[in-house]
Amino acid sequence: MLGHKRFSCNHPSSTFFPLSRLFYRYRDLAPQLVPLDYTGQPDVRLPYELIGSMPELKDNPFRQRIAEVFSEDGEGNMTLDDFLDMFSVLSEMAPRDLKAYYAFKIYDFNNDDFLCKSDLEKTLNKLTRNELTEEEVRMVCDKVIDEADLDNDGRLSLEDFQHMIVRAPDFLSTFHIRI
Amino acid sequence: SVVQESQEFVEKYEGAIGKGKGRKLYAYKVMMLKKWMKFQRDFENFKTACIPWEMKIKEIESHFGSSVASYFLFLRWMYGINMILFGLTFGLVMVPEALMGMPYGSMPRKTVPRAEEANAMDFAVLWDFGGYAQYSVLFYGYYNSQRTIGWLKFRMPLSYFLVGVGTVAYSYMVVIRTMARNANEDGGGDNNCFNFSWKMFTSWDYLIGNPETADNKFASITTSFKEAILEEQESRKDDNIHLTRFLRVLANFLVLCCLAGSGYLIYFVVRRSQKFALEGLESHTWWERNEVNMVMSLLGMFCPMLFDVISTLENYHPRIALQWQLGRIFALFLGNLYTFIIALMDEINLKREEEEMVKLNMTIWEAGLYNETVGVNSTTPPIAIHPADIPRGPCWETMVGQEFVRLIVSDTMTTYIMLLIGDFLRAVLVRFLNYCWCWDLEAGFPSYSEFDVSGNVLGLIFNQGMIWMGAFYAPCLPALNVLRLHVSMYLQCWAVMCCNVPQERVFKASGSNNFYMAMLLVILFLSTLPAIYTIVSIPPSFDCGPFSGKSRMFDVIQETLESDFPAWFGKVFSYASNPGLVLPFLLLMVLAIYYLQSTSKSYKQANLELKKKLQTVSHDNHVSAIILCAIPALT
Repeated sequence: MLGHKRFSCNHPSSTFFPLSRLFYRYRDLAPQLVPLDYTGQPDVRLPYELIGSMPELKDNPFRQRIAEVFSEDGEGNMTLDDFLDMFSVLSEMAPRDLKAYYAFKIYDFNNDDFLCKSDLEKTLNKLTRNELTEEEVRMVCDKVIDEADLDNDGRLSLEDFQHMIVRAPDFLSTFHIRI
Repeated sequence: SVVQESQEFVEKYEGAIGKGKGRKLYAYKVMMLKKWMKFQRDFENFKTACIPWEMKIKEIESHFGSSVASYFLFLRWMYGINMILFGLTFGLVMVPEALMGMPYGSMPRKTVPRAEEANAMDFAVLWDFGGYAQYSVLFYGYYNSQRTIGWLKFRMPLSYFLVGVGTVAYSYMVVIRTMARNANEDGGGDNNCFNFSWKMFTSWDYLIGNPETADNKFASITTSFKEAILEEQESRKDDNIHLTRFLRVLANFLVLCCLAGSGYLIYFVVRRSQKFALEGLESHTWWERNEVNMVMSLLGMFCPMLFDVISTLENYHPRIALQWQLGRIFALFLGNLYTFIIALMDEINLKREEEEMVKLNMTIWEAGLYNETVGVNSTTPPIAIHPADIPRGPCWETMVGQEFVRLIVSDTMTTYIMLLIGDFLRAVLVRFLNYCWCWDLEAGFPSYSEFDVSGNVLGLIFNQGMIWMGAFYAPCLPALNVLRLHVSMYLQCWAVMCCNVPQERVFKASGSNNFYMAMLLVILFLSTLPAIYTIVSIPPSFDCGPFSGKSRMFDVIQETLESDFPAWFGKVFSYASNPGLVLPFLLLMVLAIYYLQSTSKSYKQANLELKKKLQTVSHDNHVSAIILCAIPALT
């Protein structure tokens, strides 16, 4: 029914939990849109609003970015593949480097493959719900770039980010969604 | 890209994904691993759920910052220690005497005297721990000096002595162990390397799926950023050094004047009260009778406020200012403690003099009794006198125990009343009078109170000091303290969430933990000193307590060695306690401490050197990266 062979090639990490359970969660978001029979590889996309209203994601300040990063069209509308990808990377079994890669993409708001000051400011404002003053926000972003920027270009590349994040003691336990 | 990674992954784990025998075993292993991780996670959750008040403290931490939360963590830790002390005194001292000892009314020391019987059940007397409360397992005087009691042959005096020593030893061990653990954690300075980056990218917990928890998390993240920003700003400040130094010297001078003034005042008042006592207490007013207690309480309330005002001159980092404040209030409370002990010593001496007179009177009274009965009948029948009528000697140990218990109770009552009036009533007034008042009460003068971390921590530490001092003479003290801490936890958690506002400058309490521990250690030492002095040098009362009849309390050890252990053990012990052996042993320990101290210093040096090396290596990498980037620009 699900075409195991096809999925196991594209979603190796999802052999770690039952595909059927994830499929039924995906289907439950919009039963009228998602067919039970996927052998024909139908082109079904669930709009972002449905994804963002899932209980696991609705309180997360970064849910929009998460959906955008994992969706094919970059707008947050997810196919089943995207959905499975997302929860594989965010599961506890995914390797650290893979998580760091996707974390980088999530925090990169303008999609330019660098975490520049405006990305950092947006991240901080989402984390504190705009409660810090502009002065404080500027100070924190300057400090972050100070700490993590190794090649001294005023913004964080993927290497800078990975170098900093793999040493973090809490990264694996916080960058984790259980479904 | 992801596709490439997936393809590599597939090639690596072909056995698991494709056909073949390897698949089942692999899948089984993976399933077991997953189950094991789930079990570990559940167990961790269970362990966290078992820790009492964890959720309460987390909530307070997210709203008020780590300094306020550190007080509650300290309170919970104290509660744990007091539970152990309670277990020791209750299980090994109070329960055996209550179950297996002679019952109430069988001996003079266990019975309320005839003269006091009329009002022994009055609430006022019981609240003062007299009457039936005094003649019970709660105090030293009730215990009998019989060597073994009950069918278990439980050695009561030995148990009493060892529990007393054991509570002190346990407390020392726990405090020092906690200090060592805190010192280890502080040693890792590497954590400051990516402080802000980690806060930004790893503080949000993606597992949160509940709006309330999310709110708390947002609050705690904001507070944590504010703390870190403050630390950063403080470390960058540099003002006019000379003005600051002058102001600090001036502030210290003012504080010394305050302390000297309060010390003299207490001395003066104690002298006056001794004069009043000689003249007879009835001829004075209520104020004159309770002068010492009232003056000490008032000083304890107003001097810290004065110190707070003076400390605004000094312009320290909030954490350092807190430590100075704590140090000064500590000095003030030490004065109080010192006076209290002096007063107690005077009373003990009075009671011991009384004891001599009572001994004399008792022999006369007994002789009189025999004369009467012999006169009636030649064969003397057993004299049956009710224990309540027999005159008994004064019991200074019970008196000391009672003083401590009364002090703890009055201290507790004062704290709770101050909390209700100072925090709760104030908050209610500000909230409701604000509607009809000329200026904004909430922003302006009274406004809501902030949680006074230093005052509360000191109160807790001194309270514990009282417990340590008095526990030998009143086995009920740890039980009372457990009750008090339990109520305090709930009352203060409620008060802080309901009536207090977060401090304007939120700072991290990390360095303070060892500071509190150091103060606790000093208090532990100072509190056990008087108790040890009385045990070693003052003979126990002849008519009450488990050591009555002995010339010194520690003679019970000697007695146990002689009667309960085989003869060779006593010989070995006497050889071991020979000064010729003990002194070299002490010398050896001092040398060992010195050696360990110097090796630990050298390890710290080596550590610093390695860290510096790491920094230069990364700097070199940095520089070479810049050079590499510059080369294309040059060509």
